[in-house]
Parts: sequence; structure tokens; C-alpha cells
Amino acid sequence: MKALSQKRRHPLAAIALLLMGLLLTGGLYAVATTVNEAKASTTTYSANDVEEGGKLFDANCATCHGFGASGTQDGPSLVGVGAAAVDFQVGTGRMPMQMNGPQALKKPVQFNDEQTQQLSAYVASLGAGPAVPEEELLDEGGDAAEGGELFRTNCAMCHNAAAAGGALTRGKFAPALADVSGKHIYEAMVTGPQNMPVFSDSNITPEGKRDIITFLKQIETTGSPGGADLGSLGPVAEGLFVWVAGLGVIIAFTIWLTSRTS
Amino acid sequence: MAYNSSLDISFDVRGGLFMRQVHHWAALLFVASIAVHMLRVFFTGAFRRPREMNWVVGGVLLILAMAAGFTGYSLPDDLLSGNGLRIIDGVIKSIPVIGTYISFFLFGGEFPGTAIIGRLYMLHILLVPALILLMIVLHLFMVVVHKHTQYPGPGRNDNNVVGYPLGPVYAAKAGGFFFIVFGVLALMAGFFTINPIWNYGPYDPSPVSAGTQPDWYIGFVDGALRLMPGTFGDWQVEQNWFGFVFTFNVLLPALVPAGILFTVMFMYPWIERWVTKDDREHHVLDRPRNAPTRTAIGMAGFVWYCVMWAAAGSDLIATHFGVSLNDVTYWLRALFFIGPIIAFIVTKRVALALQRKDREIALHGRETGRIVRLPHGEFIEVHAPLDEYKRYKLVGFESPEVIPAIPNEHGVVTRKEKRRALLSKWFFEDRVAPATPAELEAAHGHGHAAVEAPEEAKSLSH
Repeated sequence: MKALSQKRRHPLAAIALLLMGLLLTGGLYAVATTVNEAKASTTTYSANDVEEGGKLFDANCATCHGFGASGTQDGPSLVGVGAAAVDFQVGTGRMPMQMNGPQALKKPVQFNDEQTQQLSAYVASLGAGPAVPEEELLDEGGDAAEGGELFRTNCAMCHNAAAAGGALTRGKFAPALADVSGKHIYEAMVTGPQNMPVFSDSNITPEGKRDIITFLKQIETTGSPGGADLGSLGPVAEGLFVWVAGLGVIIAFTIWLTSRTS
Repeated sequence: MAYNSSLDISFDVRGGLFMRQVHHWAALLFVASIAVHMLRVFFTGAFRRPREMNWVVGGVLLILAMAAGFTGYSLPDDLLSGNGLRIIDGVIKSIPVIGTYISFFLFGGEFPGTAIIGRLYMLHILLVPALILLMIVLHLFMVVVHKHTQYPGPGRNDNNVVGYPLGPVYAAKAGGFFFIVFGVLALMAGFFTINPIWNYGPYDPSPVSAGTQPDWYIGFVDGALRLMPGTFGDWQVEQNWFGFVFTFNVLLPALVPAGILFTVMFMYPWIERWVTKDDREHHVLDRPRNAPTRTAIGMAGFVWYCVMWAAAGSDLIATHFGVSLNDVTYWLRALFFIGPIIAFIVTKRVALALQRKDREIALHGRETGRIVRLPHGEFIEVHAPLDEYKRYKLVGFESPEVIPAIPNEHGVVTRKEKRRALLSKWFFEDRVAPATPAELEAAHGHGHAAVEAPEEAKSLSH
């Protein structure tokens, strides 16, 4: 300690201090940003997957995304989007895109699981990005109550509190989440497809995402305890129902009651 | 606590969820029935003297029903109703200068506070129901005093009431109707869920769910708020004047359309009475077509309401019909202004056309489709005359005429009287007069051909 205190007036002390400070902040920043990235790829793809995926990509995707996924005027570069993005977009049929529009619509899947995996492998090989989530995050064994709270805070403003979907501007929309697989829900959160924001691991932890998936799967399987749910759309559906069905039946009865038998 | 208690009622108390659903469906049906009843009363002219005050009591009942509904909707303290309260809080705070104070007074501090649910509870179970009961007593008392109106028909006039007495037949039918309504509500509550608070979760001011709407009867105010633009070109609707913020983008849509609707609704009996100078008592109803301008005004108001009502569901219209939310808003904004005008013109034309059809049938009878060749070679279609009962329905109605401006006792035509005369002209200038006995006589006495020419010559503003 004495040696250090003696040298604190050394001409190079200020420079040394500055260097230490820079190293510390830089190091912290590096750690913080890597935390922000989703878990590094743990699924290992074989070289063959990458090669086959490249062929599929050139044949089916390069028209818009360019060779080497470098992007064209018609489609963005896919370098660094990660395997999760490919698995979501191709796995739900959104890509290859049917036509340009406010947003890519879900449709029958165009590639089988193996081909989707090969495409994912190819795009993942182009640059680091979020990987396809591991099975244990998708086991629906999380805390549904916690997931519900996270869902209402982060997701319900677009997807509706009961995940029935909702409108966005200019023809875009947040889809209903029933029948979406846990894997695709997870991938959507880490990659932010279409108009959805990215929910990184520092925003919602992987365990939090697992809770959300648990919550969504639970409300899907629990069903509606109070009878038909009328689309879980809230008071608009209820109002429509009471006017058309409720009041309709009542008015039919009043006509019957007041009609005279002649 | 309120949310926990609602969940308890729903899931732990036997039959609790069913009771909650019966209660909520009944509330929606209650206000819908009031709305339909008011439309019937308006379009048949049942609000005319001596029933103006009963029309006003009915309007107060509508407002009270909405208040009862809204306070009840807010009680479970779930996310959906909390969002609704937040909008009310925003509307109150948009009132210049005093809004913030009123909001703090109402919520017992900054929104949401802990006082509001208890206060709404007292309003919901005590004050509003007491007022509703009082108004219902007044409403029915006046029905007894005035007697019921009757639809026009042979032998029915303003001095009698034709039909069965209340007891025993109608009392029995009304009693039966009670059980039918109860049964329908029970079926709805048993098979269809309403306000699934477990989906929404407890209220927390930070999350707002997509598809957040009030129950249907508050929808038109919510819709007006959704339609209001925040800017006109470069002009911000929210202004800062004299150091106060004037949030017109909330204040105007929240208060003005509802204000206009209810003011015109309450005043309409007296407006029409002033224009027609008709102070007589009316107990025989109008067929809507026989009061074309009134019917058109009613339809204009109805369409205006429906445009705002639809706007409250703009997001669901966009998602379910696959159209852009922005386009839905633009169209509804346009319809907010031109919808009532189109409705007025179309309704008036339809009503006048129906009146002309009635007149035609009254004068010439029903077309039989039988073609007869006369001895000199002419072909005519035989028209079967109506029986007297059917004809009465087509000719036995009042048709007010334009009353030009009349000088008062000093011989002066006041400006107000001139305005009345203008309105009177606007109401009745293109009226279709009911067929008079003389016209009927002429039409039936001299055969078909003879009446055709003078009838055409009269040219009832075709």
C-alpha cells in the first residue's frame, strides 16, 4: 500500500488511472451487451446442414434477400438475424412471403423441418444471432401467474390480455396467440418479427419467457370457465351478442306475446 | 381486494360465476331495452303532449342506467375496468382549470388511489338504484295518469283507449314476460361468458390491453374520443393559454357529442311543439312515415350515434375485416359529419315515398293483376278497393301543414316567429296530404279512368 501511495504523484499516474477507467467501463459494457444477446447457439449444425441450407437459400430466398443474404432493395440483409429468426419465419410459413403487404401473413409451411433446420444453419453461419431456444425453456413448466403479469405488462397492449390479437396501424396487426407453438413464441420474443419489438434476455429473462409461454399455454388449455368465450374480444363482442341474440330473442317473444289470436 | 373478492365469487362461491354473468348480461340487456323503447317512443311521436315530462324522465332513466352500468363495470377492479376509469380520469382532467381538482376530489388523491372502488360501490348499490327506482315510479305513475298511447286504427282517437284492460290478460302476459326474460338471461349467463376478469388480471396502471372497450352503452363516447384527431394540419388541438393547458382533443369529443345528443333529445318535444304550434293532447301514435321530418331527424341522430358507437370498435373492425385501422378511422370521421345528413335525406325521401304509396293505394285500391278489355277495346287493370279498416290506416292520420309567421298581439312578426316559420316550412313544405273523403269519393265514384287526370294534375311535388 505504501508503494502505491508513494507513486500516486508519479507523472504517469493520471494516464494509468485513465487507462484503468477505460478498461473497466469498456469491459463492463462488453459484458452488459453480451448479456443482452440471447444465448449463444448451442444446437450444433453440421457443415452439411450449412451447405444444404445455402443451396435452399439461393433457390428460394436469394431473390429478395440477395446471395449470401446480403439484402437487396426488396428484402433486408439476414446476416446476424440468427437461427431463431429463420426458424420462426419459415417455420410458421410467413417466409417465403406470398406477397408484399402491411405484414407477412401466416400460411401453410413451405419447407419441412429438416429443410427449415438447414436454412437456419446457413443463416446462423453468416453471423452470430439468437439461436433456436432449448427444449427446457419450452417445457411449459414455468410460473403461469408470473408469466401472466409479464404478458400483461409487455405483450397485452398489442396482443390483447387474453392473447386474442389486436390491430396496429395501417393494416398491420398483432396476431392471436392460440395454437402458436412455444418455440415460435420464444423465437418471436427474441427476434421481434414484423412489427414486434425484440424482448432481449435482459428485458425479459429466459425464465420469464418460459413463464409467459406457460401462461399462454395454460389459458389455451384451461378454456373458458364461464361458457362460450365469444372470441375473448371483450365488451364489443358482448355488446354485439346482447343486441343481436339477447334482444333479438326478447323482441321475438314480445311479438309473440302481443300478437292477437284471430 | 375488490378483484380478489370478484374472483372468489366467480370460482369459490357455488353459482357465483353464474350470478355474476346473469347480473352483467342483464345490465347490458337493460340499457339495450331502454334504447329500443326510446326509439319506439320517438319514432311514433309518443313524446307529444301530455307526455313530454315522461319523455324527460325516460331520458333521465337512460342516463341513470348508464351510470349504474358504468359504476358496476368498474367494481371488480380488473385491468379492463381500470383502463376505463383511467379514461374517465383523463376526461375529467381535461376540463380546464378545475379538472385536476375534481379528479383529485373524486379519486381521493392522484389516480388511482384507494378510495374510488369504495365510492363507486356506494353509488352502484345505493344512490343510483334509489334514483332509478324513484324515476321508475314516476315513469309508471305518469303512464297510469296519462293512460297508454295507442296505434292508429278505426275507432281509436285521442279521447279513448281501445283494447284489453291491464288486468287480467295483460297483467298475466306481463308476468309471463318477466319469466321469459329471466329465462333468456339465465340461458345467456349459463352458456356465454361475459367480462372474464380472470383474463384481464388485477388493475395496475402500467399495462393497457388491446381491445380495451367500455360496455356498449358508453361505447359512443369512447368512439368519439378515438375519432378525434390530435392536430389539424399544423395546429395542435391541445393548447396552452394563459398558463393553463386546454386539452381540447379530449374535452371536445368526450363532452360535446354526448352533450348535443342529450340536449336535443330532452328538448325535442318542445321544439316540435313550438314549430307546429300544436298544444293539443295526443294519444294516438303516428306511423313513422306520417311524420317524415321527425323520422328523418331521429334517423340522423341514430346514425350519428351509431358512427361513434362503431368507432369504439374500430380496432376489431380493422382486424376482423382485414382493413387498415387508419382507413376505418378516416371513413368514420367522414361519416361522423356526412352520415347524419345522408340518413336525413334518405329517410325523408323513403317516408314521403311510402306516404305516396299509401295514398295511391287508398285512392285506387290494390292492383289485382287482372287485365280487362273494355267493349271499345281499351285494356284496364282491375283494382280491388280496400276494405274500410285497411283504408282507415292509410288515410286516418294527422298531417300538420306549414304555418307561416303570425304577427303577435302588437301586430309585430318577431324574429323568433320568423325562425319558427322557417322551421315549419322545413318540416312540412313537402308534406304528402292524406287522401280526403272528397278525393276518395271521386276516386271510387267515377271509376278508375276519371280520377287519373285530376290526380296527376295535383302533382304532389313528385
